[in-house]
Amino acid sequence: MRLRLSTLLPVGLFAVMGVVLFVGLNRDPKVLPSTLLNQPLPAFDLPPLAPGQPNLSSEAMKGGKLTLVNVFGSWCVSCRYEHPLLMRVSKDARFNLVGIDWKDTADDANQYLATYGNPYAQIGTDQGGRTAIDLGVSGAPETFVVDKQGKVRLRVPGPLTPEIWDKQIEPLIKESGAS
Amino acid sequence: MMRKLLFALFLILGSGLAHAVMPDEMLADPALEARAREISQNLRCLVCQNQSIDDSNASLAKDLRVIVRERLTAGDSNEQVMAYVVKRYGNYVLLKPPFQADTALLWLLPFLLMLAGLGAAYAYLRQQPAPEEGETTNDILKED
Repeated sequence: MRLRLSTLLPVGLFAVMGVVLFVGLNRDPKVLPSTLLNQPLPAFDLPPLAPGQPNLSSEAMKGGKLTLVNVFGSWCVSCRYEHPLLMRVSKDARFNLVGIDWKDTADDANQYLATYGNPYAQIGTDQGGRTAIDLGVSGAPETFVVDKQGKVRLRVPGPLTPEIWDKQIEPLIKESGAS
Repeated sequence: MMRKLLFALFLILGSGLAHAVMPDEMLADPALEARAREISQNLRCLVCQNQSIDDSNASLAKDLRVIVRERLTAGDSNEQVMAYVVKRYGNYVLLKPPFQADTALLWLLPFLLMLAGLGAAYAYLRQQPAPEEGETTNDILKED
């Protein structure tokens, strides 16, 4: 049997479509690329949640340890989901875990932390949501891994999971400890 | 009956005009506000991803609308405002993606497909023998 172009063409097109659609199926449209990757963290200087505490500033993250910046809110359901993981890793001394309390009131946030525990070494409040927009936050929770040079190495939109922690964050922590 | 119909019509037509922009967000200057609306309609809401920030009630969309208006009031051009938001959220926030290397296929594919279709149609028509003089469709059908 001789294969003709008119037979091969539809089969070929079908194969191409199949590959494209298959790739499309496995991509999560909710995961947006971050414009901040390997860029310096945008400057911010946020007031603390509790009076008397220091401000949370992007400048203070340079030098010292790796910083995990976790954007949360007492109103955010998925934050509660990742909270036990944050509590667990907060004991780890290889990095600083800090929080940005986003679009929240101090009363609600304090009550939330009193109920579920406070994993953060430091907290800044962003009630107006300005810093969150500078960071390109699309929803809480969101976590940024910031290296000693103050550059964003990873952005995790949505709750942290043990899998994300082991595969994406742990290697960055190891790398920061080695250098 | 007629009044009810008219009322229903009014509701249906009116629904298209409903936007999420709150009166307290609007700028006093109508020209500036019109530009803000135009920009907002082209910016995607990050929470409900197929709505523009002009249509969305999400609080993040509201924050972005306010920022758009602030930038305009500060004297930014429409392009500068768009660039401000794109710098933070990437091209993803543009409901109309820009023409660039990785979107070339997206923009050109419809034209390529049309050309391919025209080419296929031309090739097909040329293969058909031209009907003989005076021959009708019925004659051709009878021959088989």
